[in-house]
Amino acid sequence: MLLIRCPWCGLRSESEFHCNGEVRPIRPHSSSLTDQQSVQHTCDRLNFKGWIEEDWCHSKGCGEWFRLNRHTVTHEIDQD
Amino acid sequence: MSIRSNRIAGGDLIVRSQKIRFEFNGRKYTGFQGDTLASALMANGIDFVSRSFKYHRPRGFSASGYADVSSMVQIDGDEDTPNVLASVTPLSEGLTARSVNCWPSLEFDVGTALRLLSPIIPAGFYYKTFMWPHWHLFEPFIRKIAGFGNAPNSIPVRCFGKSYDYCDVLIVGAGPSGLSAGLAASRSGARVILADDMLQPGGGLLSSSATIDGKSGIEWVSEVVEELDANPSVTRLQNATAWGYLEGNHVVISERSPTPENLLRRSRRVWAKQVIIATGAFERPIVFENNDRPGVMQASAVSSYIRNYAVKPGQKAVVFTNNNSAYRTVSDLSRAGISIAAVVDVRSRVDDHVVKVASQATDFYQDSIVQTVYGNKRVTGVGIRSRETGRIKRKIDCDLVCVSGGWNPIVHLFSQSGGSLDYNEQIHAFIPAQLLQKSLVAGAARGRFNLRDSLRDGFEAGKLAAETIGLPVQAQPSLKVIDRFDAEYSIEEFWSVPPINRLGKAFVDLAGDVTVNDLHLALREGYESIEHLKRYTTAGMGLDQGKTANVTAIGIVAKHAGVSMAEVGTTTFRPPYTPVEFGEFAGSCTEDVVLPYRYTPMTEWHKSAGAVMFEAGARWVRPSYYPLSGESMDQAIQRECRTVRQGVGIYDGSPLAKFAIKGADSETLLDLMYTNSFQNLDIQQGKYGVMLHEDGRIFDDGVTFRLSDDEYLMSGATGNGILLETRLDSFINVERPDLNVLFTPVTSQWANATVCGPLARTLLESVESDINFAADAFPFMHMREGVFADMSVRIFRVSFTGELSFEINTPARYGLDLWTHLIKAGDQFDICPIGSEANHVLRVEKGFISLGHEVDGTIDPYDLGMAWIVSKKKSDFIGMKAMQIRRKNDDTRQHLIGLLPINSSELLPEGAPLISTIKSTRAEGFVSASVWSSTLDRTIALGLLANGRERLDETVYANANGTIIPAIVCKPIFYDSDGRKMRM
Repeated sequence: MLLIRCPWCGLRSESEFHCNGEVRPIRPHSSSLTDQQSVQHTCDRLNFKGWIEEDWCHSKGCGEWFRLNRHTVTHEIDQD
Repeated sequence: MSIRSNRIAGGDLIVRSQKIRFEFNGRKYTGFQGDTLASALMANGIDFVSRSFKYHRPRGFSASGYADVSSMVQIDGDEDTPNVLASVTPLSEGLTARSVNCWPSLEFDVGTALRLLSPIIPAGFYYKTFMWPHWHLFEPFIRKIAGFGNAPNSIPVRCFGKSYDYCDVLIVGAGPSGLSAGLAASRSGARVILADDMLQPGGGLLSSSATIDGKSGIEWVSEVVEELDANPSVTRLQNATAWGYLEGNHVVISERSPTPENLLRRSRRVWAKQVIIATGAFERPIVFENNDRPGVMQASAVSSYIRNYAVKPGQKAVVFTNNNSAYRTVSDLSRAGISIAAVVDVRSRVDDHVVKVASQATDFYQDSIVQTVYGNKRVTGVGIRSRETGRIKRKIDCDLVCVSGGWNPIVHLFSQSGGSLDYNEQIHAFIPAQLLQKSLVAGAARGRFNLRDSLRDGFEAGKLAAETIGLPVQAQPSLKVIDRFDAEYSIEEFWSVPPINRLGKAFVDLAGDVTVNDLHLALREGYESIEHLKRYTTAGMGLDQGKTANVTAIGIVAKHAGVSMAEVGTTTFRPPYTPVEFGEFAGSCTEDVVLPYRYTPMTEWHKSAGAVMFEAGARWVRPSYYPLSGESMDQAIQRECRTVRQGVGIYDGSPLAKFAIKGADSETLLDLMYTNSFQNLDIQQGKYGVMLHEDGRIFDDGVTFRLSDDEYLMSGATGNGILLETRLDSFINVERPDLNVLFTPVTSQWANATVCGPLARTLLESVESDINFAADAFPFMHMREGVFADMSVRIFRVSFTGELSFEINTPARYGLDLWTHLIKAGDQFDICPIGSEANHVLRVEKGFISLGHEVDGTIDPYDLGMAWIVSKKKSDFIGMKAMQIRRKNDDTRQHLIGLLPINSSELLPEGAPLISTIKSTRAEGFVSASVWSSTLDRTIALGLLANGRERLDETVYANANGTIIPAIVCKPIFYDSDGRKMRM
């Protein structure tokens, strides 16, 4: 289990957080997408081996949303 | 059976002055303080303790510690526990244990007949039964014989605890390297946790003949332990297994005898800055025919029983080895007065040192192997042969076979941490290679089998760990280690002796009854990857978890396939390393502690009114129905339904999910969330909406009211409250952070009493209020705010029952007042409270959809015949694109339909598949909701059926577990189809 730094509450256990997955661009307007692009946006993720930036929420704590960098193999977290 | 005592003089770990009485299989025995159940049984001459998993073969003690997977017993009593290893169970006064896997008794076991069937239960038998002829044919039989002990009968008296710990250095293992690491780290001032899974600290040192600075192993251990225990920053856990190394340098430890004593077990979850893995090594077997007979033991275990517990595991021994370490056991045997009939070494050339030790045996056979073991419930002899010829050269009488196939570093935790392994050709074992987390491996766990190396290595690791976290380091003390067996550990790779007879059984995995032949069969059937082989044969799965079986299995596969060990590779080690009781995961967080129930302000009233309460989803406890005295459930539901259709009823709608939405972009948000348009909604007007997932399938539905220019109140399904909150939250924070909008979940802030039925308006008008309830002043799908019976309220005209309906919301603290006031005011109208069951019937009569019934995660609004709710003008909403793309390709969709059973009193079971002819086996849909309608005085149902809308008046059949019930397809609405009543 990871220890994650909430910007408000400090270092807390992973079980208090919700991970929303890798950081992605703002949801595009449907009319600007071809069918192909729409499927990609909905289904495809980088699923990358290495450092990725993720959106997390301290959902069972203060509710704050923040971003962090996590290594998907070692699970190291870089929040600075 | 005569009981002989196998106790001899000595025994470093037992206290002879403290006798302990215990019971095994109904007989009474005594042992000593410090004994394990295994050593006490062995001392009492009990060597046959259980029956094996698959073939019900007699099993005894095969190893020591957690490697002895065949000594499984059931502990009886107040805290009965199945599947406990006798070899790690401390003997305690009154302990009562019995054998597992046997019926009616260990000696006369019916399942033994299974051995005769063994040719027809080969590897992968279980999987094969799924394919042919039919799993159900085998199921009763497999269920009867499968499994080991019995689940506990009652909740344990003591409780399970949980703790969260943080430390600088966590050391796993208190053998020579772990203790040295503990010295180094603690002397640097580090906060140390030292966890060891055995009953006493010391590991291999306990049964070693070596001296350290002139002290015996045990003396050195107690000195070190004394120093560590005197240091307040050291926490030493004994009988505590680190079973999981998770991400974040997080290790989970199961404490099996925690303090305080009112705890049965404690799960310690430790975050460590550095972890030192000093888990030692397991001796591995050599596999040969009947290597599971009681009396065949790992050589090191024999040494341990002799030296630590003063128990003679046999009277006449044969030692079989491929390496030097077994010669320690030869010395121990001789010291204990056990005659050594022969030493059999697979190697053709051995050190002089070793030859000298072997001279204590009657015969010394080099370049030889044990082909088979004789005897059934106990070894009576072995047949040996030279490595060259296949014929058995000699039969040697003995009752003990001490086997050493070399040593495997215990790499489980390291591997779980994400580290990679290399095969070392010197010691013929897998050792840690690349580290992934903040850990160090020390001593035998990385192949340093020599005591001096191990001590040094441990201290170095402790130093390094302290240095890494910025603590001052301590100089390595120079220790004078004298070990008579200091000769280089040398080994020749040797895994197994295949039985001569095809039906002979040579076990790779004793716990799962997996034989060499099973592995060969799986290879012949085309299972090449070691991961597949493991799953197919179950070698190294279950209780073993790779402790004794894995590397041997890999060796056998490599030999068979003619490839290197590294090419075969290891299987993935996963937590848990040893079995962990469910209680440890839960701790005290069980039942409503972990998932609290939710109650409304009116809950107590419902209970006192005699309501049958139930959990209605999302942990909300709601009234199901309110039976009058002498009334059955069905009668109560029908009475409640009639009341709503003919008079006036009241139900508690408080659990309905509610969200306050505010901000300039509120309307944009609603337009994105819902398929229909929320443009131009009047203030105090509401609209029903359907919300999709981005994949185009229905997620939720509900009514949203506009409170002011930029304020809305959204409602959703009770069971969806949390999911809706998460969805809204991530949408406005991550997907569209540009929107100027905020939301607040307000479900519990409002109590909701819903008054419904033709007399609802008359009732409300009889109560003092500043709200005009007249139909033209307060139309359907509108809301009013005001004062009602001296309470501030919001009243919504929404209908879930199809009748005239007013949802009266008031701040939660007035909920009960509002409710009781309405009940009192309704007395003259014969008002009665309505439960969820009646609500369900009424909504089915109206064909209203419900999450979990018609909305099952696969359907979209068109399937439900709700094309009207999908805006044709909007260019974007969540799920729009996905729904369009899917509908381009899908020609056949399931549609929402109504069903009228031909026999009007027959109820279709919910969930039953729908078929188009009596004999058909192809499901074309299913029954999604089915009720007895008191309004129609017959059974009705809703369902989803392929192309259902085009099949009105067709007869379809519901298959109710073989009973075929015909029903006519109709429109999915049975009552007031133009909706006039709810708009009244």
